[in-house]
Amino acid sequence: MSLTDNDIATVKAIWPKIAKVANEVGPESLARMLCIYPQTKIYFSHWSDLSIQSTKVKEHGVVIMKGLSLAVEKINDMANGLQDLSQKHAFQMRVDPANFRLLSQCIHVVLAKRFKAEYTPEVHLAMDKFLSNVALAIAEKYR
Amino acid sequence: MVVWTESELSIINSIFSSLDYEDIGPKALCRCLIVYPWTQRYFGGFGNLYNAAAIKSNPNIAAHGIKILHGLDRAVKNMDSIKETYAELSTLHSEKLHVDPDNFTLLGNCLTIEIAAKLGDGFTAETQGTFQKFMAVVVNALGKQYH
Repeated sequence: MSLTDNDIATVKAIWPKIAKVANEVGPESLARMLCIYPQTKIYFSHWSDLSIQSTKVKEHGVVIMKGLSLAVEKINDMANGLQDLSQKHAFQMRVDPANFRLLSQCIHVVLAKRFKAEYTPEVHLAMDKFLSNVALAIAEKYR
Repeated sequence: MVVWTESELSIINSIFSSLDYEDIGPKALCRCLIVYPWTQRYFGGFGNLYNAAAIKSNPNIAAHGIKILHGLDRAVKNMDSIKETYAELSTLHSEKLHVDPDNFTLLGNCLTIEIAAKLGDGFTAETQGTFQKFMAVVVNALGKQYH
């Protein structure tokens, strides 16, 4: 399900708006994922506080959004552009790729909450394809 | 046996009483057909689904979206016996409609997003968690009669 020119244009059109609130969207999405899908907590067992107020969770949410901004920059060749991130997830963090979908769902919810009617099915579709492709690029080095 | 806390029951009832089924039903179904186009396979007899605009203006799809919300309403009114309430619907979706149960989750995701867009900040993490638990129970019950 590769990105069409229309998908890329749609993502690039909304991304500046998302980037402006990235420091809230990222932490909120990550916190929601940990709360709603508790099995994902195992990847963060080295942090004592995994609540919505956790400083570590907030910081990491921001890191995730920086990664997504990089993905937007490298949108035409994510497999190469996200190699370092892929190495990390594959060899250090060993995150089961099934979890990327869970974070994606939480990102969609947080974006829908903020952008409401603007988060049309067409925008949702382009973002979902984008996030799926990011997940594929991150999993590139897994095996 | 699904156990609901008082808080969870209250959240589910509060969400559904704030919804206009005639508005959110069509929106959720349209979103599902647009974002996950393979789900269109189950709507062959519904008319023009050629593009997003056609889907959004299709009266059969709108009517069916409303039907789905009323179906969910039955679960809301029978929280302690969702499996039994949905036994017939499960058989229908399996034997007659042949719907892959994974698709129920996709529709559930789209409904979650429509509700998030409607409630905004009111759709807290706790609210989302409770709603997704409800949808997981519904999806499980709908898949029960498959074999």
